[in-house]
Amino acid sequence: MIQLIDVYKSFGQQKVLNGLNLEIEEGKTTVIIGRSGGGKSVLLKHIIGLLRPDRGQVLIDGVDITKLNDRDLNEIRKKFGMLFQEAALFDSMNVLDNVAFPLREHTVMAEKEIRQIVTDRLNAVGLKGVEYKMPSDLSGGMRKRVGLARAIALRPQIVLFDEPTTGLDPVMTEAINHLIMDTQKNFNLTCVVISHDLQSIFKIGHKIAMLYNGNIIECGTPEEITASTNPIMIQFLTGSIEGPIQVVED
Amino acid sequence: MILERLGQIILHGVEETGSIILMFISVVSWAVRRPMKIGNIVKQMEFVGVRSIFVVLLVGLFTGMVMALQGYHGFRMFGAESMVGATVALGMTRELGPVLTSLMVTARAGSAMAAEIGTMKVTEQVDALYVMAVNPIKYLIVPRVIASILMVPLLSVISDFVGILGGYFVGVHILHINEGTFVKNITRLVDLNDIYNGLIKAACFGLILSLIGCYKGFNTRGGAEGVGKATTEAVVLSSVTILVSDYFLTAIMF
Repeated sequence: MIQLIDVYKSFGQQKVLNGLNLEIEEGKTTVIIGRSGGGKSVLLKHIIGLLRPDRGQVLIDGVDITKLNDRDLNEIRKKFGMLFQEAALFDSMNVLDNVAFPLREHTVMAEKEIRQIVTDRLNAVGLKGVEYKMPSDLSGGMRKRVGLARAIALRPQIVLFDEPTTGLDPVMTEAINHLIMDTQKNFNLTCVVISHDLQSIFKIGHKIAMLYNGNIIECGTPEEITASTNPIMIQFLTGSIEGPIQVVED
Repeated sequence: MILERLGQIILHGVEETGSIILMFISVVSWAVRRPMKIGNIVKQMEFVGVRSIFVVLLVGLFTGMVMALQGYHGFRMFGAESMVGATVALGMTRELGPVLTSLMVTARAGSAMAAEIGTMKVTEQVDALYVMAVNPIKYLIVPRVIASILMVPLLSVISDFVGILGGYFVGVHILHINEGTFVKNITRLVDLNDIYNGLIKAACFGLILSLIGCYKGFNTRGGAEGVGKATTEAVVLSSVTILVSDYFLTAIMF
């Protein structure tokens, strides 16, 4: 289980997380929604220890990762996989080497075994015969699939998705949504997805959490969120210009 | 207003020097930790060393040749043409071999380090390394620094050698200086210590150019523009630091 307790984070004068509390259940998909530039990526980076909070705790299975040194943090990170917004594949390596990277770094498997796992993971994300292609030769959707294959290479317990459907066409968006749902189920993953793509979040999320002004203002099942009477929530879901969320901030 | 600007520049300089030293400490502490990825180091040695050979040969050769030409006109005025060989050899081994080699490697490999790591930084590939529990200092920077410290001295030996050869060719075959005295003065005046000290300098320059190249790349912000800026800054800062530290190293050694 992932718990964020009273987390504060500022960059200069700008307060991004303001006493945030959030619990993420095991084996479920939690979607974090919120405005563009509202701190969703910052929140995600706190969960995996890429950023440390100014104050507060981030507990992964009961361990406060904000207090850990590099070596212990690396051990915790082996429980994680992450799919970056632009996939962040290593552009100097082909698909095979990209997916095999975590296996080669953290296991002592034979090369044959590694290749078998790479092929399995690529099949799991719907790719065949792309092992020797370079990332620059792949389309955006394929890159994300390879990124997901790399994220699940070591069979992590938790996978983080940073805006997985941003910049994709509707058909590819749907395909990636199904991929996230299938992968979550097949590998029994705890998934944390940040997104502001409303159609996607209700499909993939078991739980939805709304981040606003550095706090989680609503957290619940898709049904609970749709039924919410919070004016901020209603405005966000209807995409209205009128309401408490200001289009141009002061 | 001017004082304020000056103060900012000095503060920035001090801050950056501090950050580079901190990165150096971090590189050393990661370099001694297992596992040693020899494959990565060898790959970087190929990039920094092997692929720089041609340009270093060219620069070394013509530097030796032009030194002989210039030296000849000077020494001829008091009939000391036979000293041309020793001058070229001392100049190459003590100064020009290490300095010109490291400047060429800065332009070729130091800039590439900044650009490559900078691009990885802005496209989240560096974050991806952290997420996969691989420390980017250990994985990206340590091999580049080790490779540069090892390869720049080797390249500098090549540069020394072809420089002296170029000087010999111009001195003996074009300017018709007596071959015997030309060579004898080299062996009489050039000490092994001159070569050793030149190599120590080259190793220091290798450290400087790789550390600064990686530092600038690692601290890149913004997209393509940021990468371009980091690359330029890496080359300028490395070149200046190499020349400044050359003076102090020389003052200590000779």
